[in-house]
Amino acid sequence: MDPLRRSPSPCLSSRPSSPSTPPCEMLGPVGIEAVLDQLKIKAMKMGFEFNIMVVGQSGLGKSTMVNTLFKVWKSNPPGLGVPPPQTLQLHSVTHVIEEKGVKLKLTVTDTPGFGDQINNDNCWDPILGYINEQYEQYLQEELLITRQRHIPDTRVHCCVYFVPPTGHCLRPLDIEFLQRLCQTVNVVPVIARADSLTMEEREAFRRRIQQNLRTHCINVYPQMCFDEDINDRILNSKLRDRIPFAVVGADQEHLVNGRCVLGRKTNWGIIEVENMAHCEFPLLRDLLIRSHLQDLKDITHNVHYENYRVIRLNESHLLPRGPGWVNLAPASPGQLTTPRPFKVCRGAHDDSDDEF
Amino acid sequence: MGEGKKAGPRRARKELAKGRGDAVTQSACALGGTGCEPAAGSGRVRGAVGRRLFSGCLADEASQKMSKQQPTQFINPETPGYVGFANLPNQVHRKSVKKGFEFTLMVVGESGLGKSTLINSLFLTDLYPERVIPGAAEKIERTVQIEASTVEIEERGVKLRLTVVDTPGYGDAINCRDCFKTIISYIDEQFERYLHDESGLNRRHIIDNRVHCCFYFISPFGHGLKPLDVAFMKAIHNKVNIVPVIAKADTLTLKERERLKKRILDEIEEHNIKIYHLPDAESDEDEDFKEQTRLLKASIPFSVVGSNQLIEAKGKKVRGRLYPWGVVEVENPEHNDFLKLRTMLITHMQDLQEVTQDLHYENFRSERLKRGGRKVENEDVNKDQILLEKEAELRRMQEMIARMQAQMQMQMQTGDGDGGALGHHV
Repeated sequence: MDPLRRSPSPCLSSRPSSPSTPPCEMLGPVGIEAVLDQLKIKAMKMGFEFNIMVVGQSGLGKSTMVNTLFKVWKSNPPGLGVPPPQTLQLHSVTHVIEEKGVKLKLTVTDTPGFGDQINNDNCWDPILGYINEQYEQYLQEELLITRQRHIPDTRVHCCVYFVPPTGHCLRPLDIEFLQRLCQTVNVVPVIARADSLTMEEREAFRRRIQQNLRTHCINVYPQMCFDEDINDRILNSKLRDRIPFAVVGADQEHLVNGRCVLGRKTNWGIIEVENMAHCEFPLLRDLLIRSHLQDLKDITHNVHYENYRVIRLNESHLLPRGPGWVNLAPASPGQLTTPRPFKVCRGAHDDSDDEF
Repeated sequence: MGEGKKAGPRRARKELAKGRGDAVTQSACALGGTGCEPAAGSGRVRGAVGRRLFSGCLADEASQKMSKQQPTQFINPETPGYVGFANLPNQVHRKSVKKGFEFTLMVVGESGLGKSTLINSLFLTDLYPERVIPGAAEKIERTVQIEASTVEIEERGVKLRLTVVDTPGYGDAINCRDCFKTIISYIDEQFERYLHDESGLNRRHIIDNRVHCCFYFISPFGHGLKPLDVAFMKAIHNKVNIVPVIAKADTLTLKERERLKKRILDEIEEHNIKIYHLPDAESDEDEDFKEQTRLLKASIPFSVVGSNQLIEAKGKKVRGRLYPWGVVEVENPEHNDFLKLRTMLITHMQDLQEVTQDLHYENFRSERLKRGGRKVENEDVNKDQILLEKEAELRRMQEMIARMQAQMQMQMQTGDGDGGALGHHV
C-alpha cells in the first residue's frame, strides 16, 4: 500500500486541532507518519539493548524472576549447593533473545552476596561503583574525537530491588540502599516471594513500604517529576499506587484446568505466576518490557547519565577520585574548557539538575 | 502420625484423664493435646511429664478398664509381698501438680519471620495484645532488646508458668556484629541469678528463670544458614538448648523444604553446632512412641506455619492461612511440621529442663566458680578503692569545714559590731 495515500484520520487524532490551522484533510496528507515505519524498520535491524540489575539478599528469587520475565532458561539459578559468596560480587550475563523479528540484547547483572554478611556496612559501594563505571565508559566513548556510530550501551537502565516479605516495613538496609541508588539509577522495588503473604498482609505491607519511601524521600521509578503529560501521569499514578509489586517467580510449568501455566506447586494449591489474582508478576513484566522499557532507557540516558556527566565535567580539573572514576582523556582540552550545551529533552531535566 | 491401636496402659489412662479432667481454665494449652481425639495426632504426652500428669491419680478407675496387672497392685494392699512404694509416683505427681511447672522459652530470629504468630499459635494465647510494630525509622536506631512475657496456663489442674523471651531488633541493623551480645548476657544473667540463689541461705523459693529452650528461626528464603545464624548458634550452643525452626514454611514447596532441611543439617554439622537432640526412646516404651520419636528426629529442623485465624476449609473450621490458591492448615501434618514441633515441646519439656540443669547450667557453674577466685579479688580491690575514696572525701570535707570556720572567725573579727546579724551556726 502506498503510504502517502493513507486516509488522513490518524493524522487528525494525533494532533489537537486549533482554530487557526486548517484541518489536515483539506491540505492532503503530508506523509509524516511514514517516519514511524522507517523508525520501526531501523530499530528492528539494529536491535534493542536493555541492561537490568537485580539486587537483593540471596534466596529471594532474583534469578528465577529474571528467567520468568524473559523466559530465558539458559541461565540456571545458583543451585542450593552453592553457598552465597563472602563478599558482594557482581556478574553480568548477556543473552540475545528474539521475538517476531525484534532482537533484544539483554544483560542481567546479578549481585550475589548483597546483604548476606553479618556486617553489611557499605555493601552498596560496589554496586554504585559498577553503575558509575558504566556511565564512565559511555562518557569516554562519547568524548572521543571519532566516535562510533552506535556507542555500545552498558549503562544499567533499571535496577530491580527485591524486598524480603517480612510483612512489617522496610529494613534499615533497604532504606540506606534505596536512598543512595535512586539518585543514580531507576529503581523498581518489588516484594519478593510474595506467596508467603496473604492478600491483606500484602496490602498492609505495601502501604507501609510506600509510607516509608515517602518519609525517606526515596524516588522510585516511575518518578513523578518525569511525567511528561497528563496521560503519562494517569498511567504512572496507577502504577505508583501498586508499587512495590508483590511478585512470585517460577520456572516450572504445571497443568491447571487444562492449561499449561508457569507456577509453583504446593500441597495446598498451585500458585500461578501470570494470574493477577495470585501475584502481580504481569504488572512487573508489563512495566519492564511491554510499556516502559523505552522510557527506562530514556530516563537513564537523559537524566541519570547527564547528571553524572555534569558532575564529571565540572570536576574534571580535579584529581580523579576513587576506583571506577577514570581520568578524562586529556587529548582534547578544547572540549573540556567549553562543556557542550545540555541536551534538554525533558522539561523536568533542569529541575532534577538543580536538585543534585 | 502413628497412633497405635493397642490399648496400652498409658493410652487408656489418657482417655480416662479426658473424661475425668477438670475444666480447662484460661486458654486450652497444648500441654496434653487440645482435648481433641487421640486420632487427631496431637501426640501423647510422654516422658516424665506425661507420667506425672496422667499416671497414678486415676488408678482406681484405671483398674476397672485395665487388663494389665500393674494398676491392680495399687489398690489391693492384701496382695502378698506388696510394700506400697509403687505409690510413690502418685505422691510425686501430686506434689508437682501443686507446685506447678515453669518453662522459659526464648525465640530468636530476624523480624518478620513469624515468631510472635508461632508462639501465639503454639500456646493458643495472645502474648502480645498491644503489639506495635516499629516503623522503619525506629528500626534504624534500635538495638537488640530483651522482652520477657509470662503467662500462666492451666489445664486439668496442672499449672504451667510459661515465660517467653522475645528478642526484637535481632538482625535488623545493617551491622549485626553486636546483636547477640545482649542475648548472651541475658542468658548468663539468668544463670548467674540462679547460681546466686542456689548458693544462698534460703533456698526454698528459687525461681527458675533460666532459659530452657531457644527456638532459632531460620529464614526460608535463603539457601541455608546465613553467616549471622552460624555465628549466633555457635555463640550460644553451650548455654542453651537450640531448636532450629524454619519459619514461614508455606513459601516452600515440598522439594524445596527437603532440600533446605538437608542443607541446614549439613551446615550445622559442618560448623559443629550443637543443637538439641531428642533423646532416643527407651527400649521399654511401646512401638508407637518409638515410631513417634523416630519421626520427630527425622523432621528436624521443623518447618512451621503459625496462625490463629480460623478459616473454613472442607466444611470445618481450621486454623490456617487463606490464600487465593488454597488454604494452608496449621495443624495438618502434610502442610507443615507444626504438630511435630508442639509434640516435641510438650513431650520433652521435662527433658529440656533437665538438660539445661545438668549440662548447660553445670557448665556455667563450673566456669563461673573457676573464675570465682578472680572475681572475688576484684571485689576486694573495689572495696579498697571505695575505702580510699571515702577517706579522701572525708579529708576534703574536713578541710572545707576548717575553711568555713576560719572564714567565720574572720568575719566575726571584722564585723564585731554586727554580732547579732551573724547568727548562723556551722
